[in-house]
Amino acid sequence: MSQGPTPVPASEVRGRLRRLAQASPWEATQGLVFVLPALVILATFLVYPAIWTIRLSLDRGRGLRFEQWVGLDNYKELLTDDPSFLDLHRFPPQGALVNNLKWMVLYTGLCIALGLVLAVLAGRVRYERLVKASVFVPMSIAATAVGVIWLFVYSPDPHIGLLNAITTRLGADPVSWVGRESTVNYAIIVAYVWFSAGFAMVVLSAALKGISTEIVEAARVDGAGEWAVFRRILMPMISLPLAVVAVWLIINVIKVFDVIYIMTRGGPGASSRVIAYSMFFETFENGRGGYGAAVAVVMLLLIVPIMALNVRRFRSERVTT
Amino acid sequence: MAATAHEPEAETRSARIVGFLSRTPVHIALIALAVIWLVPTLGLAVTSFRPRPDISSTGWWDVVKDPSFTLDNYGAVINAAGMGHAFLNSLFITIPSTLIPLAVGSLAAFAFAWIRFPLRDTIFLTLVALMVVPIQTSLVPLLKLFRTMGVADSYAGIWLAHSAFGLPLAIFLLRNFFITLPRDLVEAARIDGASNLSVFRRIVVPLSVPAIASYGIFQFLWVWNDLLMALIFVQNPNQRPMTLKINDLLSTYGQEWNLLSSGAFLLMILPLVVFFSLQRYFVQGLLAGSVKS
Repeated sequence: MSQGPTPVPASEVRGRLRRLAQASPWEATQGLVFVLPALVILATFLVYPAIWTIRLSLDRGRGLRFEQWVGLDNYKELLTDDPSFLDLHRFPPQGALVNNLKWMVLYTGLCIALGLVLAVLAGRVRYERLVKASVFVPMSIAATAVGVIWLFVYSPDPHIGLLNAITTRLGADPVSWVGRESTVNYAIIVAYVWFSAGFAMVVLSAALKGISTEIVEAARVDGAGEWAVFRRILMPMISLPLAVVAVWLIINVIKVFDVIYIMTRGGPGASSRVIAYSMFFETFENGRGGYGAAVAVVMLLLIVPIMALNVRRFRSERVTT
Repeated sequence: MAATAHEPEAETRSARIVGFLSRTPVHIALIALAVIWLVPTLGLAVTSFRPRPDISSTGWWDVVKDPSFTLDNYGAVINAAGMGHAFLNSLFITIPSTLIPLAVGSLAAFAFAWIRFPLRDTIFLTLVALMVVPIQTSLVPLLKLFRTMGVADSYAGIWLAHSAFGLPLAIFLLRNFFITLPRDLVEAARIDGASNLSVFRRIVVPLSVPAIASYGIFQFLWVWNDLLMALIFVQNPNQRPMTLKINDLLSTYGQEWNLLSSGAFLLMILPLVVFFSLQRYFVQGLLAGSVKS
């Protein structure tokens, strides 16, 4: 038991609680003094503002001020009467929220697929570190720089943009990849996959390395092919890290802003807006504080299930392991 | 397979050949992916060193035919476009925004790991939940609050905002590391009469350098790379960090790739140095924050 109090057998939990309750007043005071600065900062600059924003979302809110209580009107307008946010009258549906859904499927899917392929393949060659470093490096740079790098790749001028240089040499006409409604979202998603696939790769690679080689060897001796080993042994054993990566990527999707702001300002029109962009636009460019606050609350609501998941996961690990 | 098992030498040789052949697609796929990943950055890097007329007349991939390089773009972007000043602003914003949550967070993390007090676990679970709260729910009220406090024109606002949003992760990562330190060591120090503060300073902090470094790197990169918070909370034009400056360059000189490429590289240079020199801590922190939790 020199490992500190983390591994708590379930039977001991009650005993620990009793001991906690019996902490001497002096020790309890010290504990609270140690956490007080953090709690004050969090309460003042994170929790209280969130409550304030929820209150503002129920108000007409011109600029940054309260104006008139409107109940749920902002939400009603947002979900039923704002084509730039959610337009279900067209097919396929359009709007910022629908774009987030596109992001969720494509960005999350591509990052995981590429991360998994890279993790599996790179583990078999001697230059593993080199490959991994080249994919992982973009993780450290600013989304602002990612935006500039990819605007350069996508430049409509085939003397400047690499992508158009390639496609025009193959006989196609140059395309303004981020200037057309039909391609803009995919173009930005590709840029962001380039930015974050390294994360999926590193986490999944670490998980794969944690699997004992004996199990894999035993399966091979029993005649399992490479695919069967991957499908039946490796995949189930990395399902937890896989879920963690997926959750991390989905949080990224809900929060994505910088790269879109840099690359398109949500355009052309409102075609590449996402929810975080709508919040910024309505609040700071359109001057509708209350409406923007409603968008922010929608973001918070989308995050809540992830909060619950994190808390539950953390709790269960503490008690059972 | 049973038959060849009697001839181990022949098997290893043929196995080697088969292995090599069957791995060729793996090599091709891996090298292709690595190249795809490197080319966009390489293109911008090459462009940032090319003379301005060359950039608009030929593609950067033509540089092998007619190599000519210059540092003029960097000179222009650092002096005329104010990127040098913005580099310093980024440092002024980032350093306190990293140190404040590190100091406040490590103290709290120590208490969560090693001091008993009422509601400890409930408060900690609340922090786990706060880790993912989107910044958007705080932008407007914080902007108003900073104006009321009279700090809207200084760095204090953005320091506080970044500190608050960096704190839950700091406490979470550090507490999870602190709790793995040997219990005997802490208990022995306490029996010798060491106060909590000295246990923290003399034992816990020195033993936790890797975790502290991981979080420090994370927060540093996060703040350095941030655009959204700077957009809202940096009101004074003289305090604008590099991300905002790049944004200005894009809206003013959208096609001036000599300035944009060199500017973007200046923004990237410090994160790249941090990444390559401290990669180990960066990856460790990433794994600790995501997988082990």
